[in-house]
Amino acid sequence: MSESSLAIRKFSDLANPTRFLALADRVLPWLAALTLLVFAVGLWLSFATEGDYQQGETVRIMYVHVPSAWLSMMCYTVMAISALGTLVWRHPLADVSARAAAPIGACFTFLALVTGSLWGKPMWGTWWVWDARLTSVFVLFLMYLGLIALNRAMDDPSRSARVSAVLILVGFVNIPIIKFSVEWWNTLHQPASVIRLDGPTIDPEFLRPLIVMAIAFTLLFFTLHIAAMRNEIWRRRVASLRRQAARNAGREQLSP
Amino acid sequence: MRLMAEGLSARRGEDLIFNDISFALAAGEALVVTGPNGAGKSTLLRVVAGLLEPESGRVRLEGGPWGFEHPRELSHYLGHRNAMKRELTVEENLTFWQRFLGDSPGGSGIDLVEAAEAVGLAEIIHLPFGYLSAGQQRRMAMAKLIVAFRPIWLLDEPTAALDVSADRLFAGLVAAHLDRGGIVVAATHQPLGLAGAKSLEMTGFVH
Amino acid sequence: MIALFFRDLKLSVRAGGGAMIGVLFFMTVVAVIPFGVGPDLNLLARIGPAILWIGALLASLLGLDRLFQAEREDGSLDLIMMQETPLLLAVLVKCAAHWTATGLPLVIASPFLGLFMNMDEGAIGATMVTLLAGTPAITFIGAVGAAVAVALPRGGLLVSILVLPLAIPVLIFGVSAVYAAIEDPAPFLPPFMILIAITLFFGVIGPVAAAAALRHSAD
Repeated sequence: MSESSLAIRKFSDLANPTRFLALADRVLPWLAALTLLVFAVGLWLSFATEGDYQQGETVRIMYVHVPSAWLSMMCYTVMAISALGTLVWRHPLADVSARAAAPIGACFTFLALVTGSLWGKPMWGTWWVWDARLTSVFVLFLMYLGLIALNRAMDDPSRSARVSAVLILVGFVNIPIIKFSVEWWNTLHQPASVIRLDGPTIDPEFLRPLIVMAIAFTLLFFTLHIAAMRNEIWRRRVASLRRQAARNAGREQLSP
Repeated sequence: MRLMAEGLSARRGEDLIFNDISFALAAGEALVVTGPNGAGKSTLLRVVAGLLEPESGRVRLEGGPWGFEHPRELSHYLGHRNAMKRELTVEENLTFWQRFLGDSPGGSGIDLVEAAEAVGLAEIIHLPFGYLSAGQQRRMAMAKLIVAFRPIWLLDEPTAALDVSADRLFAGLVAAHLDRGGIVVAATHQPLGLAGAKSLEMTGFVH
Repeated sequence: MIALFFRDLKLSVRAGGGAMIGVLFFMTVVAVIPFGVGPDLNLLARIGPAILWIGALLASLLGLDRLFQAEREDGSLDLIMMQETPLLLAVLVKCAAHWTATGLPLVIASPFLGLFMNMDEGAIGATMVTLLAGTPAITFIGAVGAAVAVALPRGGLLVSILVLPLAIPVLIFGVSAVYAAIEDPAPFLPPFMILIAITLFFGVIGPVAAAAALRHSAD
């Protein structure tokens, strides 16, 4: 423990997990409160505004769907930056951040998929279409699940950090390629029946709650992310304490 | 109860590993099998445990509980590997074996906390087995011998990863087992410190 | 025996266990099929049950090779084989635990994947029921393959190769039962009954053969 904290002091202060824990303790309550507040405003706006004349009440799903879709991508970006931090700067918190972000990202992606299909059922008459955009999000979801499985499969964090960082970066580089090829695939086969999500420009009536909800979701992400990072640091400390306990056990009674 | 081996020989692939080995052990007796590497100590133990069919001869039990003619079901076998799962905690491992093995007629196993105390590691039974060092893992595997009662212990290199103090501790466990009328067959090339144990030297074949 | 069941269940959900991997593989396999055949919803709805079945078949083969190999590597298999409870029963319990950890999640996940395939409610329900009835058979057949390959250093792929041909009848009757449920003229019950019969049959044959193979692979 003392060795690593000595090495860490050469980097910035934030890099020290202990400082991070102190900071997280101070920031988290405020961040959580702010998130709640913005959510309250956002939800109120969402329900106070009128429904669309075409889509009716279902337009309100958009206020959840669009922010979670946006966060599903932002979260992967955060993970990619963290992966870069692990590989290039060897920042000790970068791996913690990437590991903590994966389940959150998966949840937001799942939320985007579920709300999308709830919206799609009355609009398109089916739960799912293999539209380019939907498909890309689904592929992203699978990538998140793969990364979580990878993190779970390796119990030694120091070893798994580099490996999963490499995978995250390869995935990040691949995302545009996937997106492009999915679009190409789609136009190649697609019978022109699917209504695209990106329709005409949005009325300001809908834009206001959308923006507030987007801010609320982003705040929620940061709250969850910091809390998850804190948990991850604690989890690692518990693991190292347990290993220490295993090393010390049985010495005192046995050594004569 | 007597454990008898009569004219055992075993083959692995084409090679005859050992030939015509006989011994008889009464309750409270121990047999220490010694010999160089490759002499067939492990193979002999696996034959006695019923995991390998002998080429000739047989292993039988005389005067054991009704219905047990082969010592297999009345034996603990501690092989080179500990038969514990790294992912589970020590407690889960021991509980599993305690419940899965059950007690043989004529005795009962002890509580697993007491068993862990007997091997000097009671305070870490909540940890995953994989966290333990090789010696600690071996000691926990020994705790497995006493959580479920078996009159016969078949031990293959039981003290290989152990330090001197754990060695002594283990000798104590074996002595206690013999006092209760158990039978122990141990293959080893370290002295177990058992007073009055029979010994069987296996030389192997010189080709 | 109950202890063995719960231990195996615990092992498969702990870190490194295979319970989640199977479902993930199932999802991935089913998700890439449309990229091959195109996003035509009518076509997908038509071939959806078959895709789900093939995906479930492949996914349930995934963790099978470790069924006995893991036990053998740490020496637990020796102790299990020495007990008075027949090895047959231990194999059956291990199969049951393996199915609960990997097969059952596939069955539960199948309706969601059915939505992706644009299948209607009837087809989804039929697929789920046939998977529920058919996947245990795959586990039982797989146990034989796993027992045969237990002593091999890299038995993993071999198990799949050994088991897949044997699992063909399960696939045939599983898929035909689903189509019988969707399309009117064909009756649902005959193929479904045959599927259940296959499962019960392998429920007997599988553990017997696996136990025999394990006995002979001991060294």
